[in-house]
Amino acid sequence: MENRLKGYSSVREWLLTDTPASAFQAASGRTYLGLLEFFKNRLAVLGLVIILGLIFVALFARQIAPYDPITTSLVDRLQPLSADHIFGTDEVGRDIFSRIVWGSRLTLYIIGLVAIIAAPVGIIIGTVAGYFGGFVDTVLMRITDIFLAFPKLILALAFVAALGPGIENAIIAISITSWPPYARIARAETITIRGSDFIRAIRLQGAGPIRIITRHIMPLCISSLIVRVTLDMAGIILTAAGLGFLGLGAQPPSPEWGAMTSSGRAYILDYWWLITMPGTAIFVVSLAFNLLGDGLREVLDPKSDN
Amino acid sequence: MVQMLTKRRLSKAARQTLRLLVMVLITFLGLLLITFLIGRVVPIDPVLAVVGDKASPELYERVRIEMGLHLPLWQQFYIYISSVLRGDLGTSVLTAKPVLEDILRVFPATMELAFTATLIGIFVGIPLGVFSAVKRGSLLDHITRVIGLLGYSLPIFWLALLALMFFYAKFDLLPGPGRVDVFYEDIVDPVTGFMLIDCIIAREWEIFRNAFSHMIMPATLLGYYSMAYLSRMTRSFMIEQLRQEYVLTARVKGVAEWRVIWGHALGNCAIPLITVVALSFGTLLEGSVLTETVFAWPGLGLYLTNSLLNADMNSVLGSTIVVGAIFLGVNMFSDFLYKVMDPRAR
Repeated sequence: MENRLKGYSSVREWLLTDTPASAFQAASGRTYLGLLEFFKNRLAVLGLVIILGLIFVALFARQIAPYDPITTSLVDRLQPLSADHIFGTDEVGRDIFSRIVWGSRLTLYIIGLVAIIAAPVGIIIGTVAGYFGGFVDTVLMRITDIFLAFPKLILALAFVAALGPGIENAIIAISITSWPPYARIARAETITIRGSDFIRAIRLQGAGPIRIITRHIMPLCISSLIVRVTLDMAGIILTAAGLGFLGLGAQPPSPEWGAMTSSGRAYILDYWWLITMPGTAIFVVSLAFNLLGDGLREVLDPKSDN
Repeated sequence: MVQMLTKRRLSKAARQTLRLLVMVLITFLGLLLITFLIGRVVPIDPVLAVVGDKASPELYERVRIEMGLHLPLWQQFYIYISSVLRGDLGTSVLTAKPVLEDILRVFPATMELAFTATLIGIFVGIPLGVFSAVKRGSLLDHITRVIGLLGYSLPIFWLALLALMFFYAKFDLLPGPGRVDVFYEDIVDPVTGFMLIDCIIAREWEIFRNAFSHMIMPATLLGYYSMAYLSRMTRSFMIEQLRQEYVLTARVKGVAEWRVIWGHALGNCAIPLITVVALSFGTLLEGSVLTETVFAWPGLGLYLTNSLLNADMNSVLGSTIVVGAIFLGVNMFSDFLYKVMDPRAR
């Protein structure tokens, strides 16, 4: 590092120079500028903090939750908020705070798996369609359009109906309905990239289509895809919670927030906290993802700034 | 010359419309393929569901052949397509009626909600978006952005429950679940299926008032989501337009500011906004599944959830096809308008 900084008075200057000496220096400088801009957006930082908080809570659920999330205790049922039960207890005497804490794991599990399944599928289909064009493009984009022709939740419902209720099946159903927008974005990016000189140069050097797509096109699609996936996270959380609410996602007694809201429905007349607490959790987390996504979009995708 | 030009343009428009129709047809076939395949992966054996598990192997085999399940898959798909196109979506296990008949009965209730919500979205959301784009950074702009952000983040079923808790259970300002109070049910003849219009036809003003008050909560709720989406999109379209040079030109020429904004700039947003309204309609159909469940609103959404919970596959897939087809139709219509209205797309 010492060696690299030669000629610059500070790390900051090394990062911000107009004449970077290496690709590494240029990339670091760009990242630094991006981070500076991102941290100027206070709401986006708030979103990031909430999501980091969510991850922290999920990691240390065992230490944070004061009670077991599953064990029932009919003596303690429907207790209002108190020092012992800060969010009260539910209809079978479980501590709602502990259930929400454990539920954060389910939320992360769902959005993590959906992103891991849907984003690669979308990026592969989109880049292949965009790179080859012609017949391949037509067929792949037709398939994409067919999946886009259903409202997401309705298609997810149909898949869950066939696969049976459960959290894994809900994840599969949401993934199946989530990939088409990613494919479209990746295709659009690929079409603008594929005609550029550097791709032609690589092709002249003898690179095959697989190498060009995976090594040179996909990395350039990543940043707009990250923004889109982050913005979609909120929608994925809401869809998963909706499936849970309808009784088709995570099954009782698992502490999924949508399912908790659903089981609290019968008690809204006198016991408001049963639906209020898990619903607030869903709301706060999806709000955080929306704030983070908006902030990322401003940094990574300046075209759409407004 | 002029005649030749119009003729050429017409035939081009006709060609494009034809192309659009072919695309829609292919998409619709794909949609049917998906529902067909979903019907095949179901773990429930459709023959067993008919004959019961005590049937002899001979009977089982006969029913299997009767149902066409011994045929190759593509042939089964062909039979499936032709029956769907004839309007035969199978029989509901739950109601023992043809699925199509069930759907036609419940569908107007959903349309009534989605339509009202779209009106709220258009007449509140679009002006809100315009004002906040014109006065960027103002209080109204911030409010609009918060409305949009909440619309993207609040779970609709939860907001619906909170609304019921406050306006019905706590303060008793609005009626609870259902389309009308119980003692008003089945009085008005369902001529159009739209409760409010039927009440007007039957001159049942008492029931009209009751039905209207029942609609306030679910329609406002769905309308809020439509409004959030439309105001956000309008805002960004308008900001884009107000940057253009023609706006400056119009202002320099002395065109009144309200005409520049509401005529010139908004006029140029009309085309993308049509697409957005069409998309928001799909979101509303989604939202209606959850909203109808909470408000016990007897529409397609409630029908779909009930069928799901009772593993009534014919009804589930039938509703999926209908919703998909409507969504497809709405999008096709917006594409068509796009082509008609935008000279660059011709």
